[in-house]
Amino acid sequence: MSSYADTVREHVEAAGEGPGPDTGHDAVRETDADGPEALTLVEAVCDGLYSEMRRDEDVVVLGEDVGKNGGVFRATDALYEAFGEDRVIDTPLAESGIVGASIGLALSGMRPVAEIQFMGFVYPAFDQLVSHASRMRSRTGGRHGVPMVVRMPYGGGIRAPEHHSESKEAFFAHEPGLKVVTPSTPADAKGLLTAAIRDPDPVVFLEPKLIYRAFRETVPEQPYEVPLGEAAVRREGTDVSVFTWGAMTRPTLIAAEELAEEGIDCEVVDLRSLSPLDADTIVESFRKTGRGAIVHEAPKTGGLGAEIATTIQEEALLYQEAPIRRITGYDAPIPLHALEDYYLPQAARIHDALRETVEF
Amino acid sequence: MNAQSEVYEHHGTESDRDRLQILDEDGNVLPGAEEPSLSDEELLAMYEALVLARRFDERAISLQRQGRIATYAPMTGQEGSQVATSYALDEDDWLFPTYRDHAAKHVHGMSLSSLLAPLRGYRDGYSIPDDVNVMPEYIPIATQIPQAMGMAWGFKLQGQTDHAVMCHFGDGATSEGDFHEGLNFAGVFDVPVVFVCNNNQWAISTPRERQTKSETLAEKAHAYGIESVRVDGLDPLAVYRATREAIRKAKRPGPNEGRPTLIESVQYRFGAHTTSDDPSVYRDGEAAEWYRKRDPVDRLAGYLDGRGLLTDERETVIEARVEKRIETAIEEAEAIEAEPDDIFEHVYAEMPERLERQRERLRDLREKYGDDAFSEVLE
Repeated sequence: MSSYADTVREHVEAAGEGPGPDTGHDAVRETDADGPEALTLVEAVCDGLYSEMRRDEDVVVLGEDVGKNGGVFRATDALYEAFGEDRVIDTPLAESGIVGASIGLALSGMRPVAEIQFMGFVYPAFDQLVSHASRMRSRTGGRHGVPMVVRMPYGGGIRAPEHHSESKEAFFAHEPGLKVVTPSTPADAKGLLTAAIRDPDPVVFLEPKLIYRAFRETVPEQPYEVPLGEAAVRREGTDVSVFTWGAMTRPTLIAAEELAEEGIDCEVVDLRSLSPLDADTIVESFRKTGRGAIVHEAPKTGGLGAEIATTIQEEALLYQEAPIRRITGYDAPIPLHALEDYYLPQAARIHDALRETVEF
Repeated sequence: MNAQSEVYEHHGTESDRDRLQILDEDGNVLPGAEEPSLSDEELLAMYEALVLARRFDERAISLQRQGRIATYAPMTGQEGSQVATSYALDEDDWLFPTYRDHAAKHVHGMSLSSLLAPLRGYRDGYSIPDDVNVMPEYIPIATQIPQAMGMAWGFKLQGQTDHAVMCHFGDGATSEGDFHEGLNFAGVFDVPVVFVCNNNQWAISTPRERQTKSETLAEKAHAYGIESVRVDGLDPLAVYRATREAIRKAKRPGPNEGRPTLIESVQYRFGAHTTSDDPSVYRDGEAAEWYRKRDPVDRLAGYLDGRGLLTDERETVIEARVEKRIETAIEEAEAIEAEPDDIFEHVYAEMPERLERQRERLRDLREKYGDDAFSEVLE
């Protein structure tokens, strides 16, 4: 279907990297002593939004406090100044409205990037996501896709109030038609977000807020994609494969380094894409090591750990030398912050379970 | 009723509609205004609760800055409405508060230390004693509205006419579907509920006029066939009178009266949304100044002074008593200790075996590695 929006997009693409001189980028890329290329994960999210908004005029950002305030985590900082109130839109306080409107915007030919302020507040929009965004393509026989991104910070560990620490990625990964991704590094944050915005289907983009500002990394200024559906091997090893994502990648890598001192060689796979899962990388890693574990902060029951373990059983049963362990949150609500460190997988818990897996 | 067009003209976000007001900005009774029937002792108690709320708020902000509590939602400027609405409740009435309604919760029976406990990360403040009719604070916006309506409906269905239910929420909540669903049910089933919309005019950075094209929030009740009233939320006597009347009507409606009421209590968020928020990014302080001149604590003080009830000596006694109570509450809250087994408690009435095994596993790990292994900074 050709539309005015398509025509505009063609013009923008023909013009190269974007219309006019790039005068707003410096404000978005808050530079500091680490050099202009080193961004935190949350800055990389902002940078990714900036470069896609610049490249494609159909991309709009909407949500609560995303405009003048620049987002409660500053993920949309300076975008309002760069693109104006028609493209960086402060909405009324209504999550179902934000996501439902985004579906409509996408149907009109735009590329909305909705922000839900915290994952714990997405549920009013759940109906829009699972009843409509996910299946618009299938129920219209392919006529209407919903090229929309719904960003939301998720996960625990920041001493937040109740309902600000949940990790419920499995709800969304369970829904056919939605893609679900989460970065664990600044460079991936920008690349995955860019790919998500350009994707023809709706993408739930989960941002691990615990590591929003944990470290900096070189993030290219020009737009680039990290393809959806591809896991990244963060550490190669031969004894046990550990599958994880988001903020749990770091304690898993720490545990792997501790185990290396004991002579145990862990392979750490950052899934990045929770739906679709990169079964090839998972199975390939497992075939090499014959032992596996999954680390996630979400509750154990019905968590994605079960999906990964079963995928391995289906594809590589005869390679298996030990039970596949899950190091996860417990089957209880994540507690208020005084106890959250006991709930979240810590390096010690990961370390303990991996050693048991290897020694089985 | 007094039309206060000055406020609307001042910052252009409020329409020129009547608001119930009893006190002028200095605490004098406006000509023709009817004071609520409160005894000297009740008025002084209400004033002391207001001073307590103000000092608690100041102290909580300072505790957060010192790292002794986590994110706190200040109520500066909103204490008058919180205290007055809870004073208007009978003991058997129920309260559904939000995360900002510290004073409302305390006046209806929650201890000061229980207000601080969740801010220190402990569930203790959510485990409210059986004789206190307050629900734990609601953090997801507007979700309490259908629930409060449902509890009130349940009391009506069971013939328990002693209970009304009061439900607090903010201006932002009126944009959520739950607000509309809750009000609609309340009208259809004529339930004894009082909705208190604390319109502090800011949902974090979003101003009231960005929430709705409606001139007032009170008028939204009209569409659901329920009554509403706009009240000056910085005037504790006006809020008290409006609320008391709504509670009476909820429990003992006259022949042509409906039970549910929406009260739009027009206030102003003097400070930040929470201690994590910096309002200077998105608003100037001009409108706040107008409201600060009508500060609820000062206004009630002015009123009491005019009636000869507030001597310097009494002020000193109140301040000293309030300081001591806050100090004691902080000591109590800081004496609470973390018990990791609590994570697994109360998930179900009976703990499933699977969860018991998870609790055992955590106990084993603590034994093996010590609690220090769990306090590593994840980052």
